[in-house]
Amino acid sequence: MVSDQEVYRGILDLDWRRRPKDSNRILFVYLILILSAVVFLLPLFWMVTTSLKTQAEVYVFPPTFFPETFRWQNFPEGWTYESMQWTRWLVNTLTITAAVMVGTLISATLCGYGFARISFPGRDVWFIMVLASIMLPGTVTLIPLFVGFHRVGWLDTFLPLTVPAFFGGGAFNIFLMRQFFKGIPVELEEAALIDGAGRLRILWQIFVPLSGPVIATTSVFTFQAVWNDYFGPLIFLTSQENYTLALGITFFKGLYNTQIPYMMAMSFLMVIPMIIVFFFAQKLMIRGVILSGIKA
Amino acid sequence: MNSRMRNTVQGYLFISPVVLGLLIFTIGPMLTSFYMSFTKFPLLRAPEWIGLRNYVVMFTSDKNFWQACKVTLIYAGTSVPLGLVGAFVLAILLNQRVKGIAFFRTSFYMPAIVPAIASLILWGWLMNRDYGLINAILVRLGFSKFSFFAEPETALASMVMMSLWGVGAGMIIYLAGLQGIPESLYEAGKLDGANELQLFRSITVPMMTPTIFFNLVMGLIAASQTFMNAFVLTSGGPLKSTYFYNLMLYERAFNWTQMGMASAMAWFLLFVVLVLTLLVFRSSALWVFYEAEVK
Repeated sequence: MVSDQEVYRGILDLDWRRRPKDSNRILFVYLILILSAVVFLLPLFWMVTTSLKTQAEVYVFPPTFFPETFRWQNFPEGWTYESMQWTRWLVNTLTITAAVMVGTLISATLCGYGFARISFPGRDVWFIMVLASIMLPGTVTLIPLFVGFHRVGWLDTFLPLTVPAFFGGGAFNIFLMRQFFKGIPVELEEAALIDGAGRLRILWQIFVPLSGPVIATTSVFTFQAVWNDYFGPLIFLTSQENYTLALGITFFKGLYNTQIPYMMAMSFLMVIPMIIVFFFAQKLMIRGVILSGIKA
Repeated sequence: MNSRMRNTVQGYLFISPVVLGLLIFTIGPMLTSFYMSFTKFPLLRAPEWIGLRNYVVMFTSDKNFWQACKVTLIYAGTSVPLGLVGAFVLAILLNQRVKGIAFFRTSFYMPAIVPAIASLILWGWLMNRDYGLINAILVRLGFSKFSFFAEPETALASMVMMSLWGVGAGMIIYLAGLQGIPESLYEAGKLDGANELQLFRSITVPMMTPTIFFNLVMGLIAASQTFMNAFVLTSGGPLKSTYFYNLMLYERAFNWTQMGMASAMAWFLLFVVLVLTLLVFRSSALWVFYEAEVK
């Protein structure tokens, strides 16, 4: 087999292997690649261009490709439009994200270590159950959870969205951690065990410092998941001041006169952090996606 | 305490978060939901046992139920295969060892990082019948305007088209698979005089079947739970043409507070997903190639 490292390098830049000599074929490949790139990028361009138009210019057919004048004030105006509380919603989203990330990192690290490095009866059964839960349709647990959270008075608080993260941190993250910990040499750990170090200390002092990549991958994925989550907040949050950004965007749709440029401006603002994360953590994200696919 | 005992105790302590998590947030609710599916449960009163009535009503007298099943099946049956093929073709293209791949890879993957809600809002606008960009392009090319979400005949198809924008994640997985095929296989094939098409059919495709299989299973499970598209863009219309299963379930639970009926729907969905997954797993013996078999 080709080594993991080679697969990875090959995806990030393909200069390392043979190239086709046939120039017609290269031309054909380029043609399709460029056409596809246009199809994939044009919608994003449209989001940006629409966000800079006036409400009147949006309702012109055929539409203008660039705005007549770049209306940058759509961004501040959309931010404070009517009863919208974008600052508040941003703070809410960040609060939930931070709590979920803390919970996920702590509990996925603990569980990942337990599954990877300690052998005990029942371990594999539990691990299979963890993996199986990835495939479970969420609706099967949704209603009892809603009823349960209703009973304990957690509805319309952030608790239903954050507390579960402290209980495992998601099957996929546990899986990632376990895979990574399995690759750490046993000798390191055995020496420490013989010296009488406790498991927690080993995890904290030996494993965690070596686990930068997997911790970063988990963080990026968790950030992305919480930032994008729509269904959870929709079910569990009801009052407007508790909304998240994702819920806030749909607010525009309920308005009598939908303000398309504002809506696009706020959507674009929501995309920006994802783009930033993507450019800084591209390798990590791609690696995570690959792990989810080929190692499962 | 011997070391075996100690390992057991320590092991369970380490995995206790997920053990508790599975019990509290997955297994417990699943069983509760199963019980609820046999009750009438309007949330503010206690569940009242009504036996199989939810299921009977669901299967026999609720016309919307079969419509929701149909919509979801059509969507899963078209968007998943199309997405698989699209992602596969893009991955093959990216695997062609030409310059500038990094740019194309980023372009194709970019839509996959756009938050779903932003992408829906955007596509709702792109596919607007009167002012949308896509109709502007169609008109420019000499076609007539397409109705997209405005007509029952085209709304679901529009959602399938929209879903193809997000094939980037699948593409990355295929690309990794393609990169993992040992070059020596192709070299051996060439020595035997195979042409490109034969190499593709007898090496690339078989070597990729485990990846295709994984994407197929996960794709089907995800598609069966489609909700946001319909909830945000069409509310299930026009004329219930995009009335997805989970939209109906959501309405039963949260608009009509029929928690019992919604639980019955959730369990039927679980049942169908299980059967489908089992069928795909069963069929995998026929078409999925595992390297271990030849070793």
